[in-house]
Amino acid sequence: MKPRERPYALSLPGYAICFFGIVWREALRFFSQKGRFLSALVRPLVWLFIFAAGLRTVLGVSIIPPYETYVLYEVYVTPGLVAMIQLFNGLQSSLSMVYDREVGAMRILLVSPYPRWFLLIAKLIAGVLVSILQVYAFLVVAYLWEVEPPLIGYLTLLPVLVLTGFMLGAMGLLLSSLFRQLENFASVMNFVIFPMFFASSALYPLWRIQESSPLLYEICRFNPFTYVVEAIRFALYGQFDWTSLTIIAGVAAVFLILSLFAYNPSKGLIARHGGPATAG
Amino acid sequence: MTQSALRIDGLSHTFGSRQALDNVSLTVPAGTFTALLGLNGAGKTTLFSLVTRLYDSTSGTIEVFGFDVRRESPAALSRLGIVFQARTLDLDLSVRQSLLYHAALHGIGRRQARLRMHSVLEKFAIADRIDDKVRNLSGGQMRRLEIARALIHDPALLLLDEPTVGLDVEARESLIKEVRRLASEEGNGILWATHLLEEIHMTDRLIVLHKGRVLAQGTVSEVLLQADAADVQTAFRNLINASQTPSLGQEAAE
Repeated sequence: MKPRERPYALSLPGYAICFFGIVWREALRFFSQKGRFLSALVRPLVWLFIFAAGLRTVLGVSIIPPYETYVLYEVYVTPGLVAMIQLFNGLQSSLSMVYDREVGAMRILLVSPYPRWFLLIAKLIAGVLVSILQVYAFLVVAYLWEVEPPLIGYLTLLPVLVLTGFMLGAMGLLLSSLFRQLENFASVMNFVIFPMFFASSALYPLWRIQESSPLLYEICRFNPFTYVVEAIRFALYGQFDWTSLTIIAGVAAVFLILSLFAYNPSKGLIARHGGPATAG
Repeated sequence: MTQSALRIDGLSHTFGSRQALDNVSLTVPAGTFTALLGLNGAGKTTLFSLVTRLYDSTSGTIEVFGFDVRRESPAALSRLGIVFQARTLDLDLSVRQSLLYHAALHGIGRRQARLRMHSVLEKFAIADRIDDKVRNLSGGQMRRLEIARALIHDPALLLLDEPTVGLDVEARESLIKEVRRLASEEGNGILWATHLLEEIHMTDRLIVLHKGRVLAQGTVSEVLLQADAADVQTAFRNLINASQTPSLGQEAAE
């Protein structure tokens, strides 16, 4: 029997190695799965090319901040589609981690000796970075489609995307721990993505919604996704919408704390439900 | 004194009303190959999940080389390598990338990981596949990769949850031989969960788990003696039968 000293301590460089390892893997997976990248890009483009073009004549959007002129409908929906990319990505990366073909990726992650909160946050950030790549790829195509925000907007958008991506990723993480029986992505589409997307300012300005349904207007106002869309909309025009950003930061913190709680083995929901592990 | 690689004491766990583990106590001495024998549903996978803290036990303690997995989990987890029953590989990554990722999860940088990588891949005869995508490996090679991956941080304790499931006879035999060698030559403590009697050798240690309870443990000959049997199959049957008779069952659990 050989004597065993601790092979290494949880040093600061160790944390950095672990963090970059998690980000690196996410990036590798992203680039090796061409289909995933393509569908992440095609989904909003279908909305932009077909849906927005079709409704262009029906839905005129009047001049509302941050727009200084009358804008085409394509221009109006672009921030919503950017938010949609992040919404999909946030849910997909968290849920697939637990349920999809890669059953067990979560287990492998949690075998690491580093603290669980650190691993989950690293995983979240890795997902956010991937979503940002997708967003910029989409914006390049949208630019060719005459969605031309000022150049500074591409820069101011970046920090906002980090925050919005983090919130949506934390939401995905929380959902992944809550719904053990969520076998496929279709139910997530029905119960999370569609309601969040449609009951927000992504497709039509809130004042228009208020005209047609005060109730829906109230729902939209309580939908955090509305603030994600608005924060992105303003950032894309070089402005920071501090109200939305504050709300997003608050919601992100709540989602994060709840999901860390859910993944805590002694208190969490995983313990109560028996966890995804028993599926294997 | 032989150090315990894994020591579990009074471990119980329930899922809702189902008692998955009932007052389980067992030890895996360092440098031994210990087989955890049980039918499907005996609680083997639950036990593994509790050791890796996927969820917490309701009661009892788990120690890896004396480190409590709950209170000192970094120290415990850094000494532990695990191969889960279900495959947990990224099919789109290469063998090299999988190992580097796993090393990073243990805070091991690339230079050190490369050194370790070659030795573990050599050991499990997949060194020539290092740049191949995991997707293109055979079932047996994937299992070997999972074991190599579990060893990348040089853990002194290796847990394997039915690692030979889905492998053909030949792949199964060579895999178990290689893992036995880890115990005898490298001094790793091994806990090998299985439901296959033929995977157990007379030189192993054996723990019999049935319906969440440990029915017997010790060297194989000790267990045979306890079960009054000449071979493992009869011993297993005797122990299970005895556990189903209430009075004898009580005895076996104690």
